[in-house]
Amino acid sequence: MANSEYIIEMLNITKEFPGIKANDNVTLQLRKGEIHALLGENGAGKSTLMSILFGLYQPTSGIIKKNGQEVKINNPNDANALNIGMVHQHFKLVECFTVLDNIILGIEPTKGLFLSKKGAREKVVALSDKYGLKVNPDALISDITVGMQQRTEILKMLYRDNEILIFDEPTAVLTPQEIEELIRIMKNLAKEGKSILFITHKLNEIMEVADRCTILRKGKYIGTVDIRDTTKEALSKMMVGRNVNFKVDKKPAKPTETVLQIEHMTVPSKLHKNNAVRDVSFQVRRGEIVCIAGIDGNGQTEFVHALTGLEKMTSGKILFNGQDISKASIRERSKSGMSHIPEDRHKHGLVLDYTLEQNMVLQRYWQPEFQQAGFIKQGAVREYAQGLIAQYDVRSGQGPITIARSMSGGNQQKAIIAREIDKNPDLLVAVQPTRGLDVGAIEYIHSQLVAQRDKGKAVLLVSLELDEVMNVSDRILVMYEGEIVGELDPKTVSVEELGLYMAGAKRDNRSAEGK
Amino acid sequence: MSVGNATKNKNKKIDLSSGLLSVAASLICILIGLLVGFIILCCINGEYAADGFSRIIKGGFYLMPKGVGTVLSQTAPLIMTGLSVAFAFKTGLFNIGAAGQYTLGALGALYFALVLQMPWYVCLIAAMIFGAVWGAIPGIFKAYFNVNEVITAIMFNWIGLYAVNEIIYKGVIGNMYDLKTTKTYTLRAAAPQAVIPDMGLNAIFNTKSTTIAIFIAIVIAVLVYIVINKTTFGYELKACGHNKDAARYAGINEKKNIVLSMTIAGALSGIGAGLYYLSGVAEWNPQVSTALPAMGFNGIPVALLALSNPIGVIFAALFVSHITVGGGYLPTKYFQPEIADVIISVIIYLCAFVSLFKGVVLETITKRRKKKTQGTPDGKGADE
Repeated sequence: MANSEYIIEMLNITKEFPGIKANDNVTLQLRKGEIHALLGENGAGKSTLMSILFGLYQPTSGIIKKNGQEVKINNPNDANALNIGMVHQHFKLVECFTVLDNIILGIEPTKGLFLSKKGAREKVVALSDKYGLKVNPDALISDITVGMQQRTEILKMLYRDNEILIFDEPTAVLTPQEIEELIRIMKNLAKEGKSILFITHKLNEIMEVADRCTILRKGKYIGTVDIRDTTKEALSKMMVGRNVNFKVDKKPAKPTETVLQIEHMTVPSKLHKNNAVRDVSFQVRRGEIVCIAGIDGNGQTEFVHALTGLEKMTSGKILFNGQDISKASIRERSKSGMSHIPEDRHKHGLVLDYTLEQNMVLQRYWQPEFQQAGFIKQGAVREYAQGLIAQYDVRSGQGPITIARSMSGGNQQKAIIAREIDKNPDLLVAVQPTRGLDVGAIEYIHSQLVAQRDKGKAVLLVSLELDEVMNVSDRILVMYEGEIVGELDPKTVSVEELGLYMAGAKRDNRSAEGK
Repeated sequence: MSVGNATKNKNKKIDLSSGLLSVAASLICILIGLLVGFIILCCINGEYAADGFSRIIKGGFYLMPKGVGTVLSQTAPLIMTGLSVAFAFKTGLFNIGAAGQYTLGALGALYFALVLQMPWYVCLIAAMIFGAVWGAIPGIFKAYFNVNEVITAIMFNWIGLYAVNEIIYKGVIGNMYDLKTTKTYTLRAAAPQAVIPDMGLNAIFNTKSTTIAIFIAIVIAVLVYIVINKTTFGYELKACGHNKDAARYAGINEKKNIVLSMTIAGALSGIGAGLYYLSGVAEWNPQVSTALPAMGFNGIPVALLALSNPIGVIFAALFVSHITVGGGYLPTKYFQPEIADVIISVIIYLCAFVSLFKGVVLETITKRRKKKTQGTPDGKGADE
């Protein structure tokens, strides 16, 4: 067997889908024991490339080599047999199983007809000690933190003796402290000889953890660089093909009158008996961006749903432009000047099987502009959609008649943002508007939010991303377990302090009135 | 805007081919279904298989012109129940209750015709309303109590059937039952004003019950197509069907839409029954009718075969009645007429693979195109 410098090589991979080349002559070479970042905008072809490596797609042309030997990967089982493992962005764990059960799932050790978990357990404990993965094997997945769930996924790969570990945007769901921990673990794994492919948009993390980085742009291979010889700016330029501004350009906020006033809002939880949102009060004024920061699952979703009318609240009041809209329907709230960029663009934001143009009028198809006596004015819809597509640079295969499902995540999000901003709202509620997007798109969306603010609109941003919270907002409200535990000024607060508030380790004594 | 024009042209091309693709895929299903039917015929009786098969294929044309007239009179109600199921599908609902709504529609039509002696169009509207009520109930249960519409609809199928049998047999709301024939009174004799006019079709086809029902059904199919594809109401219905959460987010009242969708589906089935009984194709037999009317259930395969496209439903219904009538011409000495049902079933089963066939067709087309364009540099990458 020829001993190659590379453990996995994907050479000249091209993958065509009808009408689009997702990968065009891409080469990716992973050295043994290195951390190799894969960087690219949304729709650049990273997922496709990884799906090919994992056996979910077959390349149209190009070859894959392991240790210098050409291999065929026809399905994920083949990938497993080649010791390739993957931590998906959305974990593949059984919630009501223990950590150990999840790890052995699919390759359960048996004695006769019965499970014998003793050996497996020893192996798991040994592995977690060796790599410093602190996980209790008997804890239920539903009881442990997201960080621990991720470590369970890592253990799953290690338990299967995987040599090549793929991490798909692993830091998206973690707190700053957990991210540090993960980076330490990844370095440890590499030191022990594991080879890691690290898919991410976050340049800071690449600079910190990766040895080399391969960049894709619009399906094309741009290059592979040594992290030691490069800078963040150079990487982002390679990724988007132009210079990117990391700092959000904005003037100091000049807030004027109050647009939204929340008084003692309480919303029940669907998951547990306690309230998801507890006695929340604050206000948002014209010309400012107020950000609700917090770790995922601390009541932000329920809060936004109650605010926009998707869920009912048990007590409290919402005053919008002075009007009590606590009991108003979703349509009424929308009509009165509230726009909502939803957290889950697939669940709420888009009808994925509708065309782009149909989605563009989702909030206004009933307006006289687009319908007459109940008949949709196709021409007006098309024209309107084309206008938005041009103005907001929404890219798609077939323009207005593209099925939304076939568009890239970034462009789906751009379509939603175009639709919601074009409603010319008094209040723009943006929930994690940049989730899963690349720096180019993030920069764009941030500039749009600031532009709305400068036009005298009120912007309520809900975000889990610390960078976003710090850079974009004029005022930060931290939400922890359904309560506003602090109001902070992004100009004076440090990231570490913000992290402490988010983790519930620190709180203001003010009763969160925000007045 | 040269770029805009370019995309427009490109769009047109893709649109056309995707429409053709659906038709091609459905045709593949039909061909395989027929092939399986032929194999079964061979297994049962090889000697007469070819003859039997040709009778099925010829369908109504086997017995010109009468057969064609029969096909047309059978097609009209089938289009309606097919539309009923297809319409509910568009809203993400499975209307398995078409049979029950059809039963109620029959009651409405016969009551207004035989007891109230109303003209045919009033009877047809009555059939529509009766069916609509029966469709609305599962819709209300689904929307407001979150009870699966399939379960409610199945129960209401049987409730409807036995209630209607009882009402007609016992004469609860008036005398419709003819003791001599053990069926409802023949419409032509007892209520000639309620028979849908035939405009000379019976004379052309040498039949008794070929009326303008088929044209009424086609007009309604076109109307349904327009409602689904051109109106804000259709836009809302489809949005609810594709993604309930997004529909809610957009301020659409999805509960109202569920009820409306089931009500309209019920109304369509009811009209189907009206077209059948008011054409005098048959009379209702409360003693024999212990099975739900097949016309109601056959709406499901029709809708599936048509991929829920209202215009497609017209052709799917024509095809299904064509081979069902053909099955009736099989020599009963050797074959059962239900062979036609077997063929239809196989076709429906294959419909589940329509998207697969679509993929196959698409691949062959793109491969061929590629071979043709090979060597010419394509600037595709630029606009993606």
